Amino acid sequence: MQTKYMNPYLAGFLLGLLLVATVYITGRGLGASGAVKSMTVQVVESVTPNHAENTKFYKEYLSEHAGSPLKSWLVFEVIGVLIGAFISGLVSERLNLTLEHGPRINSRIRIFGAITGGLLFGFGAQLGRGCTSGAALSGMAVLSSGGILTMIAIFGGAYLFAYFFRKFWI
Amino acid sequence: MGPLVPDVISNDLNFIIALVIGVAFGAILEQAGFSTSKKLVGLFYGYDFTVLRVFFTAGLVAMFGIIMLDHWGYLDVNLIYINPTFVGAAIAGGLIMGLGFVIGGFCPGTSVCAAAIGKIDAMYFILGSVIGILIFAEGYPLWEDFYKAYNFGGIRIFDTFGISQSLFAFILTSIALLTFWATSIIENKVNGISKPVIRFTPYYLGLTAVGIFIAISAFMFPPKKAGLLEMVENLEFVNSYPLNEITSDELAYRMMERDKKLQVFDFRTSDEYRKQSLPNSILFSIDNFFEKEPNRFLSLANRTNVFVANDEMVERKIAIIAKELGYNNIKILSGGIKTFDKLILNFDNTQTPQNKVEETTFAFREKASLVIPEMIKNNKPKGGVEKKLKRVVGGC
Repeated sequence: MQTKYMNPYLAGFLLGLLLVATVYITGRGLGASGAVKSMTVQVVESVTPNHAENTKFYKEYLSEHAGSPLKSWLVFEVIGVLIGAFISGLVSERLNLTLEHGPRINSRIRIFGAITGGLLFGFGAQLGRGCTSGAALSGMAVLSSGGILTMIAIFGGAYLFAYFFRKFWI
Repeated sequence: MGPLVPDVISNDLNFIIALVIGVAFGAILEQAGFSTSKKLVGLFYGYDFTVLRVFFTAGLVAMFGIIMLDHWGYLDVNLIYINPTFVGAAIAGGLIMGLGFVIGGFCPGTSVCAAAIGKIDAMYFILGSVIGILIFAEGYPLWEDFYKAYNFGGIRIFDTFGISQSLFAFILTSIALLTFWATSIIENKVNGISKPVIRFTPYYLGLTAVGIFIAISAFMFPPKKAGLLEMVENLEFVNSYPLNEITSDELAYRMMERDKKLQVFDFRTSDEYRKQSLPNSILFSIDNFFEKEPNRFLSLANRTNVFVANDEMVERKIAIIAKELGYNNIKILSGGIKTFDKLILNFDNTQTPQNKVEETTFAFREKASLVIPEMIKNNKPKGGVEKKLKRVVGGC
């Protein structure tokens, strides 16, 4: 069965309203990569507390985030994303353990691509102070120059590099 | 007045709200089709522009929504998180993310979404982003300088371009509509189909109508503040508006009694205020009515709020605006500070009282003219109310 997705303009409209509500209630926008960062810092702190104490990045992070890194707004929000997406997949019958890849590559290349892409995104989101949700979308909502600049760089960059990786997808 | 955190909603409750918002966020992304990498990267190969449509629409709606809330005085934009601008890091980070997008096929939010419905590639993507963060953390000293360079702070795009917010919103909307139109043509070409580019179905018309309504209400009607300012330009209206007054003598008396319930709001310029100000008075401006922190000050229960300015007319106008905004326990100083100066601070003790009442009054004023200047001298001006005290710390 072909599962039908929501009309993109309607989805965008709802997402926009959600973002306004988020800003009105909490004063901040949506995000995602920050939660992965909190999780990563928490893991490092638990596995090698000495290392975390002696490395500048973790030290700065831990001093800025009093209490546990996991007790952060974004971590709760991203747990919500997991639940919400799962419910949506359940309702629309899209729950499936699958590995998607383009017709010209195999699963191994797709996995390699996913890890590399994730790595770049993880790194880039730290450098750019936010990802597509936190910097680009929320930045556009509040008309932050930095957020909009990051957004242009993300999508511009993707267009710039797309040609070289077309084999992955089409 | 928003944002509701942390005053209306506590920080702990905020976590529950984060969870609820996340559920909605995840559900919308999944329903839009952001849980499949093929759909996401379609944007870069021209076969599926869903992402652009959703993303751009959401950005516009959110932008107009926030401008509208600000315009009507429901949201203090001074308190919301504006992503800081570090030019070099923003561009370099963005380009790296763009590369990651075409190689990995997801971004962090969508990968979480896709992983939730069982996409194995998304789970590997998340693993990859953990590694990326670790690399960033471990090599931090190498790029720290670059990461923190070219800092312009929380500037906003219309200020960067030196145009008005409305003009920028208009330009961005035009770009979005053009893009929606152009990408539909490209999509048809790439997929070899011919869907009409513009469709006037009730559905689209409805969405457009709501969009236009939001846009219009964000700009067309005068903002609340401008409306109120215009209203008090009508002198007849100002003079007939009932307001409670406090005389210079009563104010002086309550000051000398150190009345804890008395709050004096000084609406003169900050220079005048700094030169000489009444004991325990707060420097205030009309703008402060529309800001969250200062306006909390004004809503404290059981206070007598006295508005002072150089002359009574200014006090009147400001008090009317405050009353129209819903603040009730307000008094204005009869005759303004000028009168207070003349009657109390520079009391002329050469005049002779004509009757019993004047005799007591003059005696009081004479005493006050000695005590109050002393109080003023010992008083450290409180200054204005700190506005950005609780700006939300956010970020991705």
